[in-house]
Order: sequence, then C-alpha cells, then structure tokens
Amino acid sequence: MPLDIHLLIGGEAGQGLVTIGQLLSKALVRAGYEVFVSQSYHSRIRGGHNTFAIRLGEGPFFAPRESIDILVALNAETVELHRGQLTGQARLIADSAFAPDLPGTISVPFAELGPERLWNTAALALLGQILGLPSDALYQAVEAMLGKKHPEALTENREIMEKSREWAVAHVPQHGFMLPGWTPATARLLLNGNQAIALGALAGGLKFCAFYPMTPATSIVLELITHAEAMGCVLEQAEDEIAAINMAIGASFAGAISMVATSGGGFALMAEGVSLAAMTETPVLIAVAQRPGPATGMPTRTEQGDLEFVLHAGHGEYPRAIFAPGSIEACYQLTQKALAMAERSQSPVFLLTDQFLADSSRPVAPFDPAAIVPVRAGDEPDAVPTPYQRYRLTENGLSPRLLPGLSTHLVVADSDEHDEDGHISEDHGVRVAMVEKRLRKLDILKQEVIAPSLDGGKGADLLLVCWGSSQGPVLEAAAVLRGQGSSVASLHFSQVWPLVPPQFIDILQGAKEVVCVEGNATGQFARLIQREAGFAIPGRIARYDGLPFTARYILKRLESLAAVEVRA
Amino acid sequence: MTSIEEYGKYETAWCPGCGNFGILNSLKKALVACGLAPHQVLLVSGIGQAAKTPHYLKTNVFNGLHGRSLPAAIGAKLANPGLTVIAESGDGCMYGEGGNHFLAALRRNLNLTILAHDNRVYGLTKGQASPTSEQGFVTKTQPHGAFAAPFNPVAVAVTMGASFVARGYAGMPEHLAGLIAQAIKHRGTALVDIMQPCVSFNKVNTYKWYKEHCYELGDAHDPADHAQALRAALEFGERIPLGVIYKIEKPLFEEQFAVLKNGPPARQEVSQEALRQVMQHYV
Ligand SMILES: Cc1ncc(C[n+]2csc(CCOP(=O)(O)OP(=O)(O)O)c2C)c(N)n1
Ligand code: SF4
Ligand SMILES: [Mg+2]
Repeated sequence: MPLDIHLLIGGEAGQGLVTIGQLLSKALVRAGYEVFVSQSYHSRIRGGHNTFAIRLGEGPFFAPRESIDILVALNAETVELHRGQLTGQARLIADSAFAPDLPGTISVPFAELGPERLWNTAALALLGQILGLPSDALYQAVEAMLGKKHPEALTENREIMEKSREWAVAHVPQHGFMLPGWTPATARLLLNGNQAIALGALAGGLKFCAFYPMTPATSIVLELITHAEAMGCVLEQAEDEIAAINMAIGASFAGAISMVATSGGGFALMAEGVSLAAMTETPVLIAVAQRPGPATGMPTRTEQGDLEFVLHAGHGEYPRAIFAPGSIEACYQLTQKALAMAERSQSPVFLLTDQFLADSSRPVAPFDPAAIVPVRAGDEPDAVPTPYQRYRLTENGLSPRLLPGLSTHLVVADSDEHDEDGHISEDHGVRVAMVEKRLRKLDILKQEVIAPSLDGGKGADLLLVCWGSSQGPVLEAAAVLRGQGSSVASLHFSQVWPLVPPQFIDILQGAKEVVCVEGNATGQFARLIQREAGFAIPGRIARYDGLPFTARYILKRLESLAAVEVRA
Repeated sequence: MTSIEEYGKYETAWCPGCGNFGILNSLKKALVACGLAPHQVLLVSGIGQAAKTPHYLKTNVFNGLHGRSLPAAIGAKLANPGLTVIAESGDGCMYGEGGNHFLAALRRNLNLTILAHDNRVYGLTKGQASPTSEQGFVTKTQPHGAFAAPFNPVAVAVTMGASFVARGYAGMPEHLAGLIAQAIKHRGTALVDIMQPCVSFNKVNTYKWYKEHCYELGDAHDPADHAQALRAALEFGERIPLGVIYKIEKPLFEEQFAVLKNGPPARQEVSQEALRQVMQHYV
C-alpha cells in the first residue's frame, strides 16, 4: 500500500487551525510529499466547528478521505464529532484538559508549553515531530509567514516549537505514521482551485474583473487582487452583481479582457447581463462557484446543482460554452481557454466550479509562462472592410470587433435588435438575419469542444460518468475497484456545453453498465446527456448533503446499486 | 476643429414636440464646443425614449440594458480612460431601475458625465409614474395619483458630495449646451439633470409649466459652497433654479489604478516575467 495518511485538525474558527494546516502542508510539499488539502467551515467568523484536512503521503491524491489517522482536536467538540472516523491505529492529539480516555490518545499539557495564543504553533511542532519532519523545515515555514509582518513574534514561536518538540520526543510512544525519507523536491505550486482559476485568468490576459463578494467565489477575486498591480489588471467591487456584470461587459466592449466571479445567488442577478453580452456580442467570462441552493442555501458547502441554471440563464436564444474543470491543473488551463473562447466567439462563456474544488489544494508542477497563448481583444482597425459595421453579416457569424476610441471608426453596440450598423431595428427580416448570425457562432464553439476524458479504456464492465469537480473522487473509486480486479472505467466531462455526442456516444454504448456520479439531487447532467446524445444513463449516484464526493461514498453507493440489481 | 455636421442627422422615433430634440441639439453643440471628434466620445445609454438618443448622433455607442447605463459606462471608462464617456438615459432608467448604480457612481467620482432626461414619467412604456413624478400624478397605473414622494436627484447628489451637479432645461438649449460642455470638461463625475417635457404622457410638467417655474441661477450663487448648493438643490416647488448648483474638486477614482497610467489595458500584453514571479507566491 502506498503511504496514505489522513490528518484532520478540528476546532473553532479563530483558533488558528488554518495556520497550522497551511504551514504543515507547505512544508510537506517542499519536502516532496503529495498532499490533498480540503477545508470545511461554517458561515461564521468565530466559533462553529471547522476542520482542515490534509491527506498526505505518496499519492498523488485527488480527493479527500473519510477515515482519520491523526486527529488534532483543538477543542472537546472535535473529539466528539470525529472519534467515529478514527482508524484502528489512529493517534488523537488533544489538550490534557479534555483528552478522552481512548487508545492512541496523546494528551498534551499545552498550558505547560506556553501561553494559549501560541498553542497552534505548539500543535504544529508536535505534528512535525510525530510525522518525523526536521524541526528546521517547520520553523522556516513559520519564519516565512511571520518574518515580514511580525519579526518580534519569531523568538517566542521558536521557543514554544522547541519545547513542544522536546515534549513529544519524551512522551509520544512509537506509532506507524513516521514519513520515510526527507528529500527536498523540485519546486511545486500548492494551489487550490480558485487560486488556479485566478492564475489562469491572469495568464489568459485578464484586464478587468468586477465582483460583489459571495462565497465560494470571493477567493478567486482575492487572489486576483493580490497580483493585480503586477499583472496590470483592474478590479472593482461593484455595488451589486448586476453592476458587476454590466461593468465587465462595458470594460470588454472597450477592450479589456473581462470576467466576473460569483455564486448561484449572485449569478441569478446577472442573468439579464448574460443576455446583454450575447446580444451585443461582447466577450465575457462568468465564473460560477456553486454552493447548495435554493436561495442562500448552505454558503460554505458544495454542490453541482446549478448546471441547468447556468445552461439556460439569460432570456433569448444564443450560443454559450460552459467549462467545468475537474482538477487544479484544469482550473488553470480551462480559465485561459474560456477567456480565449469568449473573445473568439464574442459571447458569454462560463466556468462552473464549486466550493469543494475552490477550497481543495494540491501541489502541481509550475505552469510555464512561455506556453501561454496571448489573447488580444478585438480586431485590427486596418483589416476591417469600410464602412465599418459592428454587426456585419458573415458566413461564420463573426463580425469584425473594433474597440471604441482606438481608431477613427465608430463602434455602435446595442441591446435592442439592431441592423449591421448597430442601430435599433424593428425590421423582421433584419431580426431573422441577426438571430441566425448569432446562432452560427455555435459552430465556432463546437469546433473547439474539449472531448471528455476516458480513464480505463473502452468496453469496461462499469463506466462511471462525471463532470466538473467529481473527477478526483471518481478516479479514485475506479482505481480502487480495478485494484480489486473489476473492469471499471470513468468518463469525465470538463466541458459540459456544447456537447458533441460523436465524441463519446460509442464509449457510453460500449460499457456494460453506466452510472452517472454527480453532486445534485435530480441528475441534471445525466438528463443533458439523454437530451443531447439520446443515451439514458441507467445508474445514478447523487450527493446533495452539502459535502463533496469521496471514493468511499461512491463505492458504498455502487454496492447498494448492485444489491438492488441482484434483487431485481 | 470638429463641426456640428460631423455629428450627423438621423430620423428619430420621438413624438413631434418632445423635449428630447432640444437635448440632442444641446449635446451636439456641447461636444463641438469641447473640441471632441466623434471617435473620441462614447455614449452609453440604458433603455427608454431618452436612451435612444445615442442612436441619433455619430459617436461610439453602447446602448445597454434598462437601468444599467452607469455600470457599463464605468467599465468602459476603466478599460480606456482616454475615452470621453457620457452615460445618458431617462429618469426611470437612471434613478429608478438604476438607482443603486447612481448612488455608487457619485461616490466613486470617475471622470464621466451623466445626462438624465428627466421627463418625470416613463415615456417608452406609455406613461407610468417615475421616481421623479409629482405626488398625485395620475396615470393608468396610478389611477389615484402617485403616492410616493418624488426623488430629488440634484439634492441627493449634492448631499453625497458629488463633484459636479447641474440642472438644465430642454426648452433652453443654449443654456443647456453650456451646462453639458461644463459637465464634460469637469474632472470628475458630473450630473446634469435635465427637465424635459413629454408632450404625450406628462400633461402636468409642460413647456408652459417649466416656463413658469424655472429660473437661471445668478452670479450670487457660489457653486463651491455646499450649504448654498443644498439650499438651491432643495428649492423645487414654486421656483426651480437652473445652472451649476454644486462644483468641487475631488480625487479621480481611476487614478488609484497604477495600471491605467500605461494607457488602455486593451493594448497591454501579459508579461511572462511578471507571471513567473506571481507563481513564486505559491511555491
Ligand atoms: C429590466 C427591464 N424592465 C422594464 C423594462 C421596460 N421599460 C423600458 S423603458 C422603461 C421606462 C422608461 O422610462 P425612462 O427611463 O424615464 O425613459 P423615458 O422613456 O421616459 O425617456 C421601462 C420600464 C425594460 N426594458 N427592462
Ligand atoms: S413619449 Fe414623451 S418622452 Fe417619449 S418621445 Fe414622446 S414626448 Fe418624448
Ligand atoms: Mg422618463
């Protein structure tokens, strides 16, 4: 068995568990280990039960695990909530004040080690010792974090780390979670989905982003703001989501490659703007980070419930593309692709992610800045036929897009139905010509659709179909089953619209059994496949409790699906 | 020199006698007075009779959604600060559907102009009460008269410390052209609320009514004095003052963005070196 340790830190918001988790995961990545970091939190700033989970070892890991090998309980509630998940060999690290009488418990007298505000650093040092990390590696991580802002705090942190380490050497009994070897590895980036989206956007030439804060999309914007000046990007917090999308469209019209980022509720307010982008043929990228709805729903939890909404939002008929990355790398690559496709098709393009992917981190190989394909907004003024017409009728539906003020040509864009000049028209012939022109652009999107990725080969006994963030857990579940000798494959869609059935219909038809795994209650993607490809996927695994898929969840559901079949 | 002919002549969809004609002529005159060529100007409008104005002169045009002229104008200005951006729409569009954007725009103070054709009615949708309709204004949808108190955009703008606030009248095109020119030249967000007769749906605030009520602010009015400005802004009953009501200097919103100092973002390429350094944050 490859090394696979699941460590969970639990406590109240404000206890510093995120700091411990981040420092530890950074140190592990620098040391060459694989990690998969996921966070779970309540929609509040202080209190509540929050966890920071690190799956670490030889991986790579693409999904969280349910059972726990090392539990760090910063409060008594954590013990109560998670003791049921502990594996046989598990270690539980807790303050002596509330440490339970369970086998494997390491009861730590934190009060003897130092003042309470430093207990998170103490816990970090204990963990380092338990995992066998050299103390320097962790101290360097602490130094990197505190060094610039709080150099005065370094000494006391160093002291408590030293004391905690010594305490662990003296008091922690032998266990099976020592990491082998410690060889500094080539530099990798530790990124969560939203960070990768922000990097992808900057690489894709993003120049403008307007937003109204909404979890779990806000962290995309936070990341963009961190790098805005270096990358020459303008960010503006709008007064509401309606303003945000209209600003982005105005900016894009004037030549700035633009995006907005929001979640379902904010996106609902943007719907008319989507339609405006389509009618004025203005490129815009709309990133929707899903969380469970309806209405405010569960702000800090995950779901894949807005597929049909994003597919249909905005009145009228027009083409769009929807990308749904399933990995950190795909977040980076597909955001660039989505920006490029928006420019190319002069249309609204979507990036559909969710809280799970947004908050999950994994180390990835550094992206190559030299590999980016530069996207340029608009066409060259010298190359357009005169007199210039913004909506000139063409064979492929694309009209020359000039940018206002950057040449002497006048650019006229209109949300009313318009003639080729861009002026309001109520002529029915013009209407028909313009509807058809806009719809012709669907072919441009179709030509570049990303085919779903098949893992495990054609003709398997069982094919697991999934889209977006479910990719990691599905890959793991399929690998487990294959390890047990079953014939299992998975088919992941990282673009969910438009669909091009010839790309995948034979894969669906070739499998003995097909099961669609998606994070919503009604099977939205399975329904879309049926509508577009005429293939009814017989099996379905749904999750809509607000939590992400895990391999274990999928395997259990597969067992009960099989049981149903045996009975039938 | 740009001539008024360069701004063209179009057929309109307006009713004969509508106040919009006067506003359109004043706008063209003001653009010429400011020495602006058509391609240097971007008119951004919403939806309504007033919002059709940009279609009736030659400039760059973004005719967006009802209520959303301001956010689109702000986005465009941030993408290319070199453009002279004018947001133009009706009272319903600017103060009703777009009310939140109006307040936020005044707070920001970008270098742009807001022209509100204030006919105190929804013209395009055939005569419903608007946010500026008088109390008691009877329409088919307000058969017992509008109940809600009217919005006073000029007073709100002055209260918020907007950097340029003026009120004009479509029936005084020379005076109005002067106000619009000043608004365009002003460094900051400039509001011109324009009293506009709607001959089809507003039988109360007619040309005659405006003639009886409006007067020009004299030299005694000091637009830099907030207290005086507020008094003038609140004078909206028997007599209605026209002219520049408030004008101050304030920092420009767009100046906070270092990137905009290097010209329009549209012409700036992604720096691979900068991107490489950004990635170092995550190592
Ligand atoms: C979202 C939306 N709601 C409603 C409308 C219908 N509508 C078009 S114009 C208008 C009101 C126009 O009034 P105003 O802005 O004062 O312009 P006017 O026609 O009086 O110049 C309305 C309600 C619309 N186009 N879009
Ligand atoms: S309805 Fe009123 S505002 Fe509209 S064009 Fe006619 S007169 Fe002018
Ligand atoms: Mg009106």
